[in-house]
Amino acid sequence: MRYMLLLYSAADAGPAQGSPEQAAEMQQWFAYTEDLANAGCLIGGEPLHGIDTATTVRVRDGKTVTTDGPFAETKETLGGYYMIDVDTLDEALEWAAKSPLTPYGSVEVRPIMEIPAGAGA
Amino acid sequence: MQQSIVAQVFADEWPRLVATLVRELGDIDLAEDAAQQAFTEAAASWRPDNTPNRPGAWLLTTARRRAIDVIRRKSTLREKMGRQVPDAEAVDVAASVGGDGDAGGFGSDHPEANQLLDDQLALIFGCCHPALNREAQIALTLRSVCGLSTRQIAAAFLVPEATMAKRLVRAKDKVRNAGIPFTVPARERLTERLDSVLAVVYLIYTEGHTASDGPALIRGGLCDEARWLADLVADLLPDQAEAWGLSALINLTDSRRETRVDADGQIVLLANQDRSRWDTEMIEAGRRRLVHADRLDDTGPYQLQAAIALVHAMAPTAEETRWTTIVTLYDHLLGFEPTPIVGLNRAAAVSKAYGPAAGLEALDELMAEPQASSELDSYRYYHAARADMFLRLERPAEAADSYRHALDLTTNDSERDFLTGRLAETRNLQRERH
Repeated sequence: MRYMLLLYSAADAGPAQGSPEQAAEMQQWFAYTEDLANAGCLIGGEPLHGIDTATTVRVRDGKTVTTDGPFAETKETLGGYYMIDVDTLDEALEWAAKSPLTPYGSVEVRPIMEIPAGAGA
Repeated sequence: MQQSIVAQVFADEWPRLVATLVRELGDIDLAEDAAQQAFTEAAASWRPDNTPNRPGAWLLTTARRRAIDVIRRKSTLREKMGRQVPDAEAVDVAASVGGDGDAGGFGSDHPEANQLLDDQLALIFGCCHPALNREAQIALTLRSVCGLSTRQIAAAFLVPEATMAKRLVRAKDKVRNAGIPFTVPARERLTERLDSVLAVVYLIYTEGHTASDGPALIRGGLCDEARWLADLVADLLPDQAEAWGLSALINLTDSRRETRVDADGQIVLLANQDRSRWDTEMIEAGRRRLVHADRLDDTGPYQLQAAIALVHAMAPTAEETRWTTIVTLYDHLLGFEPTPIVGLNRAAAVSKAYGPAAGLEALDELMAEPQASSELDSYRYYHAARADMFLRLERPAEAADSYRHALDLTTNDSERDFLTGRLAETRNLQRERH
C-alpha cells in the first residue's frame, strides 16, 4: 500500500536555521531518505518552503480569490512529505516514527486512495 | 435442542473461526459474515445424534464455502480487498478430501494448532490496534472476538443500534483503507501494543461492572465477556505478566458480583457484602493467575490491583481485612499510576488502616495539588469517601455536606439511592445530637 507521510512541526520547534544542530539534522534526513530507498519503500519526498511563502487559492461564485498564507492558521504546519510503499500500516508507522522530526514535530500517516483501473475512463 | 449444542460450540469456536478467516480472507467483514452463516447453517442442520466429530472443522469448511460464494457474487471484491483470496476450487478439494467437512484447522492435537493461536492473537491485536480510537477498538473486539451482535453491543453500551452499526462500519472502513494489519506485533512492539489490548478488556469490564448511566449497576453480560477475553489473552501470552495480572484482577473482582447489589438493586458496600456468597472458584482462579504473573517477575499496575483484590478476597470478615498491606500495595501502585483516583483509593485504605483522621489527612494532602484537586472535586467517590470519614469522626454536619456533593455528581440510579440513604442517616444522627 502507498502512504503519505506528512511532516508537521511548529515554526519555533526543532533546530534553529543555520545552527550546527540543523546541519546535523540535514545529515539525518539524508540518511533517513537513503534508508527508505534501500528498503525499496521510497516513492518520493520533498521538503517545502515555510508557510510565509504559501499562497492559498479559492474559487467562489466563479471568482478566483487569492490570499497570502496557508489555508488554516495552526501551530504545526506542513513542512514536507514522503510517499512510501509498504505492506501494512504498521510498517508505515515504523517509518514515520523514525523520521528525524518526530522528537519535536509530528507525522500524519495517510493511505493513498487507490482508484480502480478504468474508473472514470 | 440443536440450538443449545450450537450455542455451546459458539463460545469456543467463534473467535477461532473468525481469526482463521480474517487471516485467510484479509477482510474482517467478510470473515464475520461467513462465520455467522456457518453458525446459522449449524443451527439448522446439527442434531444431538448427528453433530460433526470436529465441529470447528465443519464450521471452517462451511464458512470458507460461504465466503467464496460471496466473493464470486461480488467479483470486484477481489480488487477491493487487494489481497489474495483462497482459490475456490482448492477449498472444495480440501473439503472433499476431508470427508465429513474435515478440512483441517482446529484441535490442539493438530499441527495447525500453533497457527490457530497466532490467528486468535492477530485478531485481538488487530481489533485493538492503536490506530483505532478506543470506542472503535471496544466495539470491534466485542463483535469480532466475542461474536456479539451489533444489537447486543449497542444494548450493552446503551446506545441506539444504528449508532453502534455506524461505529462498526467506520472502524472497519479504517481497517481496510488504512491497511491496519491483523498480525501479531513484532516482539519489540508486543508490550506496548499489549497495553492497548489490556486497556480495551479492562474498559469492557468496568463498563459492565459500573454502568455509567441508567438503572442497572451491573451489566453481567459485559463482565462475562471481559473475563473470558482476559483469560484468553493471558492463555495466549503465557510470558506477559500484566496479561495474567488483568485476568487475575477481573476474576477476583468478579467473584463478588452477586453480592455487590441487593435484591432491590441497591449497592452493598464491600464491608457489608455476604462473603459466603463470593464465588470461591473464581477467587481461586484469580489467585492462581496472580501467582503465575508473579513468577514472571515483571510487576505492573494490573497485578497490584489484583493483589489488592486478593487481600479483600482472603479476609474472612471485613474487620479482619489486612488494610496495612493494602496501603502498601497502593503505595506501589502510585509508583506506576500517580493519578488522583489511585491517591483517593489509597487515602480510603489509610482511613481503614490508621483511622479516619489519617485518611482525611491523606485526602487533604492530595487536594493540595491543584490539578488533582480540581479532578477530585468533580468526582463523586471523593465526596462519598470524605463523607464517610467525617461520619466516623462524628462530624455529621460536614458528612452531610459531602454526601450532598456526591449526590449532585452521580448519574447512576442505584448510587443515587445509596447516597440518599446515607444522607438521611447522617441527618438523623445530627438530629439526635441536638
